[in-house]
Amino acid sequence: MTAQAPAPVKDRQETARRPPVPSWLRRVAAANETWTFGVLALLVAFFTAARPSTFLTRYDITQIATNAAIYLVLGVGMTYVIIVAGIDLSVGSVLVLSAVLSAEYTIHHGGAGSGWGTIAVSTLIALATGLLWGALQGWLVAKAKVPPLIVTLGGFGAALGAAQIITGGQDPAGAVSGKLQKTIGFGKLFGQIPWLVVIAFAATLVFGLVLAFTRFGRYTYAIGSNPEAARRVGINVDAHLVKVYALVGLLSGLGSVMWLAYFGTTSIAGHSTDNLKVITAVVLGGASLFGGRGSVLGTVIGVFIPAVLSTGLIIMGVQQYWQDVAIGVVLVAAVYLDQFRRRGRDHG
Amino acid sequence: MAQPLLEARRLTKRFGHVRALQDADFTAYPGEVVALVGDNGAGKSSLVKTLSGTIRPDGGQILVDGSPVELHSPLDARRHGIETVYQDLALAPDLDAAANLHLGRELYRGGLLGRLGVLDHAAMRRSAVTAFAELGVDLQDVGAPVATLSGGQRQSVAVARAVAFANRIIFMDEPTAALGVVQRGRVLDTVRRVRDRGICVVLISHNMPEVLSVADRVEVLRLGRRVARFTAADTTVEELVGAMTGALDAESAGGAAGSAGQAAADAPRKDGAP
Ligand SMILES: Nc1ncnc2c1ncn2[C@@H]1O[C@H](COP(=O)(O)OP(=O)(O)O)[C@@H](O)[C@H]1O
Ligand SMILES: [Mg+2]
Repeated sequence: MTAQAPAPVKDRQETARRPPVPSWLRRVAAANETWTFGVLALLVAFFTAARPSTFLTRYDITQIATNAAIYLVLGVGMTYVIIVAGIDLSVGSVLVLSAVLSAEYTIHHGGAGSGWGTIAVSTLIALATGLLWGALQGWLVAKAKVPPLIVTLGGFGAALGAAQIITGGQDPAGAVSGKLQKTIGFGKLFGQIPWLVVIAFAATLVFGLVLAFTRFGRYTYAIGSNPEAARRVGINVDAHLVKVYALVGLLSGLGSVMWLAYFGTTSIAGHSTDNLKVITAVVLGGASLFGGRGSVLGTVIGVFIPAVLSTGLIIMGVQQYWQDVAIGVVLVAAVYLDQFRRRGRDHG
Repeated sequence: MAQPLLEARRLTKRFGHVRALQDADFTAYPGEVVALVGDNGAGKSSLVKTLSGTIRPDGGQILVDGSPVELHSPLDARRHGIETVYQDLALAPDLDAAANLHLGRELYRGGLLGRLGVLDHAAMRRSAVTAFAELGVDLQDVGAPVATLSGGQRQSVAVARAVAFANRIIFMDEPTAALGVVQRGRVLDTVRRVRDRGICVVLISHNMPEVLSVADRVEVLRLGRRVARFTAADTTVEELVGAMTGALDAESAGGAAGSAGQAAADAPRKDGAP
């Protein structure tokens, strides 16, 4: 036996002693969610103080949550994609295509008066459409090595175009079963919580837990952080990428079912900016477009910031367009901060 | 000497028209520290990546315990008990030290949760703390992202990962390059301790005194080919440098020395690293 490990002598150049802050506290303070949550809390406090009697009544909260539900579902998928250093511009169009294919089935199987059998099949069609479209895009990204921006920009156009070909560009009548609208669309769990919100919450919870606590989540972060390192430890990077893009597709399909249930129409022309809204929410939530960082919790906060902002501005009687200005500024600031911190950190 | 643990025979590898390896041979015996030295661009990293399954050679043969093997991926190498500290470390900077240590070899919770792929963060953290303590690495927070660590600490994480899982052979590609004097000494102690556990260590280093102090044998690579082999105890720094630069060709076998002049004609570029 040659030498024992020397007692941990402090390397002067190695460890500039950090102040004695507990590590969990440092981690909380460094977490993006902490800061975005602060912004959200500030907004809520501001509007509540400005309009104590009208802001955040139960009606508002329900309304905000319902409006946010679909974006939240898309945002959860987008969180995964952005963490693997990808992007998905196609979410809104995939939602439309899924809605249209499921509507076509409904129209030919009882239309507005159709029953649960038709609802089940049309829902499966919507989910499968999203899943397959997403998987195809994932395959193009992972195997064909086409940049995700281009693959999903193409997907954005192609899915919308396909939906318009199928419908002739008009939202078809009888696209949704009245039963689905009455239950999932307008119904409430225990007469209290809209089903739309329950579904969004469930999807968020499940995929939030998967991201934070399972191997699938760990590999998602690892690939976004350093794909070559992931490959060298034996992670099947290509297969994982396909799964991630398939997941965001699946959730777009779920979003289409929620949309149909709530609005009762396919709204072919109404989803051209979904992608930007969702990406904004995810980035506001602290995900890095360079990959490796982000969380579902952050995305939840990021979805609610615009939602709270627009409700608050309406209540205060401010022109709603100010919301877009505010969000734009906050978004750019968030990305600037991310880059700034990344630069500081990578000096290490 | 005993049967070689790992043997490379006439490996070739091209990148475009750069010939990184040209009929490169390499031998490692059980329980030894063998240093692999050579100038920048000699092909050391390429050889290591080939032998750890990260890149596929264009030609040649790899033998483990005397029988030919195909290393299609790093997993194949791992299955033979081969671990690697890559020159670029191959860490995921956004993950913490514990996660990096276990990357690709995660520990799972018991029961149903584990079967659902739920990780046991606490167990991985504990085992990381143990692994770092064994190396004498002083990491204040195994939960901090690797990107926030110093260069030396990152290198320690990569070394600890290889040491924790290797059971036959570890490649270390310039593991001391980013280190200060104290940490460098600690890594060299680690090399010796790993060797004393019966694991073969292949050490790449540009520091000749360091090489001679820790290695049992030295193999010299020049222009993608093994040009000399030495027993560390009977070798001087001058001899090593002579072999690295081609002033001295000591490889007697295989006529390698004879074609060195021709090889020099298409010398790979130097990559300017110190
Ligand atoms: N991925 C690659 N692509 C192109 N050329 C490479 C690649 N890897 C190594 N090389 C070239 O192969 C030669 C050997 O490199 P390397 O194995 O890194 O040498 P060393 O580690 O001894 O410095 C160099 O000329 C280098 O530029
Ligand atoms: Mg090298």
